[in-house]
Amino acid sequence: MGYHFYYLNEILAAMGLEHFAHEHTHVIHSWLIMFIMIVSAFLITRGVKLLPSKGQNVFELIVDGLERFIIDITGPEGRFFFPFIATIFLYILICNLIGLVPGFFSPTANLNTTLSLAACTFVYTHIIGIKFHGKKYIKHFLGPVWWLIPVMLPIEIIGHLARVMSLSIRLFGNIFGKETVLGILFMLAGLYLVPLPILFLGILVSLIQAMVFMLLSTIYFAGAMEEAH
Amino acid sequence: MTKKILTGILTATLVLGMVSMALAADGSAQAVGLWIFFGIAISCGFGIAIAAFGTALAMGNAITAALTGTARNPEAGGKIMTTMIIGLALIESLCIYALVICFIMVFKIPDLTNMLDVIVKSFGS
Repeated sequence: MGYHFYYLNEILAAMGLEHFAHEHTHVIHSWLIMFIMIVSAFLITRGVKLLPSKGQNVFELIVDGLERFIIDITGPEGRFFFPFIATIFLYILICNLIGLVPGFFSPTANLNTTLSLAACTFVYTHIIGIKFHGKKYIKHFLGPVWWLIPVMLPIEIIGHLARVMSLSIRLFGNIFGKETVLGILFMLAGLYLVPLPILFLGILVSLIQAMVFMLLSTIYFAGAMEEAH
Repeated sequence: MTKKILTGILTATLVLGMVSMALAADGSAQAVGLWIFFGIAISCGFGIAIAAFGTALAMGNAITAALTGTARNPEAGGKIMTTMIIGLALIESLCIYALVICFIMVFKIPDLTNMLDVIVKSFGS
């Protein structure tokens, strides 16, 4: 769909890594977002005071809001996976929003990024299940009575695999569709501020998709922690 | 009302039948290959249209329920709206699955100049 101009690609092309940058654009921008998150976290938490400053206040608001949202769903024993869930939310949010800035590419507009996030959630679900229930975790897949096992087991396994697919494709489809629509509108009528409504919609969609991913991951974790039916 | 629907369906079938007869009378491999892109274009358009239709109906139901709940109990308005937004995102994801399939298929149609060459050659032979 034409030539895309990305700042990071130009920086790497100046260093001679043009082909790597062109093929793995989503990886490079993912590194940029990791750098942003780590550096901002390090800077904010350096001087934690009892009477918070402005930056610390913002982060406390975000972290507190997220924790309350998650404990609402899972109960107080869900506190240990809060760092994973909050990181996923902030990472996906910044990934989505950075695609709206001209000159940058959303890593989540590539199926590889979203599939890796969904695979991490999937693996962590089963780790939580095994940690909480041990060998009896298999009872989650077997259904209520023993003679329904040949029917329930394939259905549950397919359902679990479908979770991975639905998480990854939902996020990928939303962000890739937003980027495609923005690209087409810029190509057609960029001079007359026509893409502006799509940019507003893009902010809303980015926020909602990050929240939905986080919410679904929390629900899967809560489902793995609770007793089998 | 049903008479109109039946008439519409019969007309569509006749038109498509005539088109298929015209294209099959060629007998060349290019005309048969043309069917693939014809099929892709039609299925992409109808696929996403039907998916969006179903999504719109479901979202209308969800928003109706949210508004009714808020009207009965305005204090719970914030919680109801949060649940409604989450429900809308989940319903929309079903439409996004259809959109992803359409994207996969649409990028398999070749350029317009190639297509015009193929069509002109198939009529000439």
